[in-house]
Amino acid sequence: MDIDVQKVAMLARIRLTDEEATELSPQLSSILAYVDQLAAVDTEGVTPTAHPHDASMPLRANVVTNGNRRDALQAVAPKLESGLYVVPKVIE
Amino acid sequence: MTWEVVIGLEVHCQINTKTKAFCGCATTFGSEPNTQTCPVCLGMPGQLPVLNTLAVDKTILTGLAISADINLESKFDRKNYFYPDLPKGYQITQFTVPLVEHGHIDIVTKSSGAKRIGVTRIHMEEDAGKSMHEGLDAVSHIDLNRSGIPLMEIVSEPDMRSSDEAIAYLKNLHQVIRFLGVSNADMDKGQFRCDANISVRRPGEPFGTRTEMKNMNSFRFIKQAIEYEIVRQIEVIEDDGKVIQESRLWDSVKNESRSMRTKEEANDYRYFPEPDLPPLRVSQLEVDTIKASMPELPHQLRARFETAFGLSAYDADVLTQTRELSDWYETLVAGHPADPKQCANWMANELLGRLKEMNKDLAHCPISAQAFALLLDRIADSTISGKIAKDVLDAMMETGVSADDFIEANGLKQVSDSGAIDAMIQTIMDANPKPLETYRGGKEKLFGFFVGQVMKASKGQANPAMVNQRLKEMLKA
Repeated sequence: MDIDVQKVAMLARIRLTDEEATELSPQLSSILAYVDQLAAVDTEGVTPTAHPHDASMPLRANVVTNGNRRDALQAVAPKLESGLYVVPKVIE
Repeated sequence: MTWEVVIGLEVHCQINTKTKAFCGCATTFGSEPNTQTCPVCLGMPGQLPVLNTLAVDKTILTGLAISADINLESKFDRKNYFYPDLPKGYQITQFTVPLVEHGHIDIVTKSSGAKRIGVTRIHMEEDAGKSMHEGLDAVSHIDLNRSGIPLMEIVSEPDMRSSDEAIAYLKNLHQVIRFLGVSNADMDKGQFRCDANISVRRPGEPFGTRTEMKNMNSFRFIKQAIEYEIVRQIEVIEDDGKVIQESRLWDSVKNESRSMRTKEEANDYRYFPEPDLPPLRVSQLEVDTIKASMPELPHQLRARFETAFGLSAYDADVLTQTRELSDWYETLVAGHPADPKQCANWMANELLGRLKEMNKDLAHCPISAQAFALLLDRIADSTISGKIAKDVLDAMMETGVSADDFIEANGLKQVSDSGAIDAMIQTIMDANPKPLETYRGGKEKLFGFFVGQVMKASKGQANPAMVNQRLKEMLKA
């Protein structure tokens, strides 16, 4: 199976050199081929597994439990201005 | 040769819960930036989402209101993309099995009459944060208060064939959502946002290539944007070009759309099942309980206003635009039950007209429905004429004074005393011998002149019906 390694890397925001891409391409292909063996199993009439645990989703009440912890939460932000996160410009 | 337009709409609607979809953060609009966030909605590692039960109930209620099927088991998926206002790097949404499917909304338009528009699905998802670019040079600012607010995405079938049908569908949906109370759906606050998928084709041919028009936050802009895009696509095709499948951004200042294509816009979201959330299961009993709580819907209310109160389709429509309006009207009718039609006329024409001039909405109306009902009582019992009542209403709206107090204080009581009216008529007749002669000579058109003179002399306070009756008799003699 051929994979456009650079496209996958771009979608995941990982920067690869051409050498790395060349090296990874056959590795990723072989991983996919390995997983592809699952396709050989006959799943006719088997309900798809939505989740490994046969659990139902627990729900939370519509009650505010979190206060304003902006200072603590923003302590890890590289750049701030007036309480806003500052990021490289996202539209031209 | 004619072109057929094909439109499908996606509406993102904020569900008005107190807390976010997957955490206990508040959803208050307009708070200081980033003060309503926590590790879950900031996408910090190791945090687990837990879905808000009320958001589920409100989505189900919306589904039931549009006669849709509720999936008793639905699933959540991750939609992956990178954008600074999406801290997790993915949005939790329902891709494979949504909570609601196969509904419909009935619309009526002038051009194509009654029509049923299919709703493919309503799925639950979470909102992203807000990016701000204006006035900034090399940076953008991010406020994550909105990150994680619960959304319903309501997806229609490509059933609409004109901008009018699209707007009718949206207004209908907007109204239903407001009546249900599942969202404030304030378009200015981004609580009801619309993307339109638009294509054109020759009638009978397969669908043409569609474009997606984004960023439309008022009914007017949506209509403009759709009409602009239809013309653009037809021009492209008639110039032997090809419509490119792309997202386009509506610029409401320049009244044009532009392509949002960038090198990175490879729409490859790599959906996969959300491993942190097991399936959402609801019981039929829960669905039935929610169904039992369904309030009266706009179309039911319109029908009831027409049959129970004898309103015209037009008035019924005007008075059911919002729950606030219909509640006000029903309170008014309760206060003045003798004439629901008169209530409708006075409310629709006089009250709403004055509110509009004052730039106020019904919530800030200076008078109550009960006070308004008392004014209508005074017309009904002939204390004042309809004409005087309009002046009284002006005063009530301005100062909040009651109808009775204002009528009393200004001596506006209608004159229904036949002696007094006869005296006024006699005075007018004496003062106008020439017209009287002409009238008696057969020029009956002059009757109106005498009515006007008497009403003027009485400062509008003479009972008009009595003036008419007495004038006819006295002018003859």
